[in-house]
Amino acid sequence: MKNNKLFKYLSTTPVIIYSISLILIPLLYILFLSFLTNDAYGGVEYKFTLSNYLTVFDYTYLKILFKSSLIALITTLICIIISYPFSIFLMDKSEKTRNFLIKMVMIPFLTNSLIRTYGWIVILRKNGVINTFLTSTNIIKNPLSLMYNSFGIIIGMVYTLLPFMILPIYSSVSKIDRSLIEAAKDLGASKWQVFKNIYLPLTISGLFNGSLMVFIPAIGYFFISDILGGGKIMIIGNLIKNQFLTARNWPLGSALSIFLIIITFILIRIYKKIGGNMDDLGGM
Amino acid sequence: MKKNKLRRNIFIISVFVFLYLPIFILVIYSFNASKMNIVFTHFTFKWYKELLSNTTLIEAFRNTIIIAVTSTVISTILGTISAVGLNKYDFKGKNFINSLIYIPIVIPEIVLGISLLSVYTLFHLELGITSIIIAHITFSIPYVITSVRSTLNALSKDIEEASYDLGANKWNTFRYVTLPLIMPGVISGATLAFTLSMDDVVISYFTAGPGSNTLPLNIYSMIKTGITPDVNALSTLMLLVVVIVLTSSAVIQSRRIQKRELLR
Repeated sequence: MKNNKLFKYLSTTPVIIYSISLILIPLLYILFLSFLTNDAYGGVEYKFTLSNYLTVFDYTYLKILFKSSLIALITTLICIIISYPFSIFLMDKSEKTRNFLIKMVMIPFLTNSLIRTYGWIVILRKNGVINTFLTSTNIIKNPLSLMYNSFGIIIGMVYTLLPFMILPIYSSVSKIDRSLIEAAKDLGASKWQVFKNIYLPLTISGLFNGSLMVFIPAIGYFFISDILGGGKIMIIGNLIKNQFLTARNWPLGSALSIFLIIITFILIRIYKKIGGNMDDLGGM
Repeated sequence: MKKNKLRRNIFIISVFVFLYLPIFILVIYSFNASKMNIVFTHFTFKWYKELLSNTTLIEAFRNTIIIAVTSTVISTILGTISAVGLNKYDFKGKNFINSLIYIPIVIPEIVLGISLLSVYTLFHLELGITSIIIAHITFSIPYVITSVRSTLNALSKDIEEASYDLGANKWNTFRYVTLPLIMPGVISGATLAFTLSMDDVVISYFTAGPGSNTLPLNIYSMIKTGITPDVNALSTLMLLVVVIVLTSSAVIQSRRIQKRELLR
């Protein structure tokens, strides 16, 4: 019996220490920081203030928050539009082929995401692969601006985050009983009706899972907007990064992070409400 | 009907073209003699040779591997133990701990990065390889826990009961009964931890500190000043490493399954 207690102690203590010291304390600390005053030397003064939160709602910041959310939203929508037909069409294949193809979706994502984003520079830039091809075949005369704008950022975001949408949607599509779809088709349902009345309701938690795992990172991935946006377009991630590393205004950076945490928690609540399982999130 | 099928296959193929294009381009250009990266002039190993003499890049690569291996080993061990503990025992505040664990999976990486950076500064922890390893362990453990937990949930309690009835103690039951059965979950958790660590940019960026040389930081600064083709060579090598790790973990797993089937 003593043995049992020791085993319980050994197997539960590490996770308690870990989650409190590396998750809870750091988050509480930035919550604390967000109410402090920034001093002139990039340090913090222990004086309570709400001004950091008021600054977040400043017009210049609100504009960035809005633009950043819009980019993240468009990214999410494009990922959804690609993932549904991809998953549904995949169901025509045998199980072995499907498993293989889903693995193939993952492989590109095992190289560093920075390197992959750099790969897009080679493709999208003025003298890059696409423009060289289009101008040399005389399809267009002047090279297109494919990067250093929102278009480039969205391409980069969709590319980096697409598997996080494909995997949960595919996994819920593959659980649908095929006879349901056959029956609907036999009864004369159109493709859209089949999608709206069968696929969509039965994959809603997968859809929300994917949207969560695409939308949330897309507001934070500053390196994609840095590289493919050429530093011209700021997303919330850039804003936080600048406050912490360049402007050295940690309280404001913390307030912006708290804002992101609140958005995240709201989305998680909705996900749980529609019956989503937390263990399914981020599964690869 | 046939035309429909063709259209569907074309869609699937174009998604794969999209997914593989940047990587394919990097691999091709790592063998391209022209430095300008646009037209393929002729095949060369020049950039691989140049890579070997680029000591900063090699060091960055080495550091990245050290970080990935160390954080994978530690987070796999801690994550597996934790999954078992959370699965078997009830204790005060367990629900709270359970919800804390999901936080690193769902919050934006940048928030985790800056909160760890703030705490490191608060406790005067020097930024460097160690601080990056701690950060990588922080975001990997939850993935290992969820992966191991899913295999644990599928496990029948009877098997462990049988082991106790036959006189095995807790440790021996864990070592010889539970662990072998949850091994697929442990391996996939470890693979996930390794790839997440290799892939990470954001969290390393904040927890690295100015002096430390890791691949993401190195490439990040290079993208601004202009990337040399030896980076293409390095990317190709990294891709190779990850594919080898993945294939071997898949081989280990399928061997285990074969073994189990033979025992049956």
